[in-house]
Amino acid sequence: MNPAGFSVQIRRAWVIAKKDIRIYYIKGPVLIFGVFMPLFMFLAFLMGGRQLPLSFLVSGLVGMTLFFTATAVSPAIFPWEGQAKTLERLASCPVTVEAIVFGDMIASTLFGIGITIITVIIGLVLGLSLLHGIMMLTAILLAAVCFSAVGMLLAVPPTNVPSNIMMLSSLIKFPLVFISGIFIPLEQMPPWGLALAVLTPLTYFTDLVRYAFTDIHYFPILIDIAALGVFTMVFTVVTMFLHKRTMPQRM
Amino acid sequence: MSAVIHASDLTKVFGKSIAVDHISFDVQKGEIFGFLGPNGAGKTTSTRMLTGVIPPDTGTATILGYDIRSEPVLAKQGFGVVPETSNAYADLTAWQNLMLMGELYGLPRTRAEQRSSDLLGMVGLLERKDQKVQAYSKGMKQRLILAMALIHEPELLFLDEPTSGLDVQSTIMILSLLRDLNKQGTTIFLTTHNMEEANRLCHRVGIIRAGKMVAIDAPEKLKTAIDRVHKIEVSFDRKIPDNTLAGLEGVMTVNRTGDKWQITTQNKDATIHSLAAFSQKNSAAIVTLNTLAPSLDEAFLRLTQETQP
Repeated sequence: MNPAGFSVQIRRAWVIAKKDIRIYYIKGPVLIFGVFMPLFMFLAFLMGGRQLPLSFLVSGLVGMTLFFTATAVSPAIFPWEGQAKTLERLASCPVTVEAIVFGDMIASTLFGIGITIITVIIGLVLGLSLLHGIMMLTAILLAAVCFSAVGMLLAVPPTNVPSNIMMLSSLIKFPLVFISGIFIPLEQMPPWGLALAVLTPLTYFTDLVRYAFTDIHYFPILIDIAALGVFTMVFTVVTMFLHKRTMPQRM
Repeated sequence: MSAVIHASDLTKVFGKSIAVDHISFDVQKGEIFGFLGPNGAGKTTSTRMLTGVIPPDTGTATILGYDIRSEPVLAKQGFGVVPETSNAYADLTAWQNLMLMGELYGLPRTRAEQRSSDLLGMVGLLERKDQKVQAYSKGMKQRLILAMALIHEPELLFLDEPTSGLDVQSTIMILSLLRDLNKQGTTIFLTTHNMEEANRLCHRVGIIRAGKMVAIDAPEKLKTAIDRVHKIEVSFDRKIPDNTLAGLEGVMTVNRTGDKWQITTQNKDATIHSLAAFSQKNSAAIVTLNTLAPSLDEAFLRLTQETQP
């Protein structure tokens, strides 16, 4: 079998994903951050005295959870591995840069899905009903891949100092949460806010989650799915292209 | 013999500094090739280009018949790499690191388990296979990464300073393993500072200085080639009058040190023959006769200093 072939490289990407999960994800602090970070933001808004329905806030919580968990660790993996020189080991193994990036994406996708499902269950426990279960699963799956690609995109600057990347990552991620219809319904946004909202994939995911819980949505469902699909493809292709270019600078 | 490594005009520039400057060389199948040079000469950069970790700015490298730039995966499938700094995953156990490598090289699980077990036994780590690598000593880590590089039975092994800073036990074990691997047919590309190591192990050595290859040859040839004047040390079973040796063919100077005579000559062969004839003619049996070639250290220093700007 040709080691450079697509199927072999996919299998090797899975090997990298398993390694990532074992080393970087199944760690107490990472799991705690993944669950508590969005939960605390949700509670802050719940107790903030705004008269928003629970279904709106839980949909936002699900959106935030997936966004934060799928982008929590992946931006720092390359800097960590660059620092520990394990990235050089991977680079000398018969795996393409694309397979390494894809492996990191798989791990962060699975982590994001796992934690987000817990959040969905919390929503159900709080009394919400899941009206469109399959749509919820499709949206979570698609958005998890999309946000993982965002996470890897944040790791493109070829630094081996994880704190630099985490700072950059927070600088980009937090503003996105505020313009994606999580805390302010899209209907209440000013035109400039809406113009920004359509530029982030989180907006479409949150809209789909809201639809799955309440049957209410701002954009047509097909537009939400298509937008998420396009963002996923563009981010994945761009992150792989850029990592291929910057990888040698990490060595 | 066929070239396992063929480097042609390899060049790497970092900013304004030329790290590797148009180096070309071949390494033949079954060879142990030593790659020597002072710190910052370009050894590691060259090795990284050859192993596909960084791309060359110009030039090409063919490894095991595959161009490292256009067919990197096929080339990498056939070689193993032992870098200078241990780069096993510290959060994994030795066993998990080996299994990870086995999977990355596409070994079936049972084969990977068998190889892992054999290799850990070979490097003396089988009993500590379930311990996380972060608790390992430097020597143990180095032995582990050698095992990791061998998991897929590579035809070619790149080693960058494999014994640097190791204890004697680990050094001896690694060098002995390298000899055994070479006997079994593995080609070895060894980057080292240790001249004694290179002298004992390598069939040929290449010396790089300031990014340029200044010499490639067998260690013995390299040692003798740097000096046109050779030294011979001889002693006889009886006293020889001063100046009697000075007139022999090829002899340039003669110095007495204790019971020995140190002779310098431009023609080693002729001088040895004339010493033998002298011994016979004067019934003075030769007790010791040594040719004093420069050490590889001397050859290295001469070659790396001669070209200094």
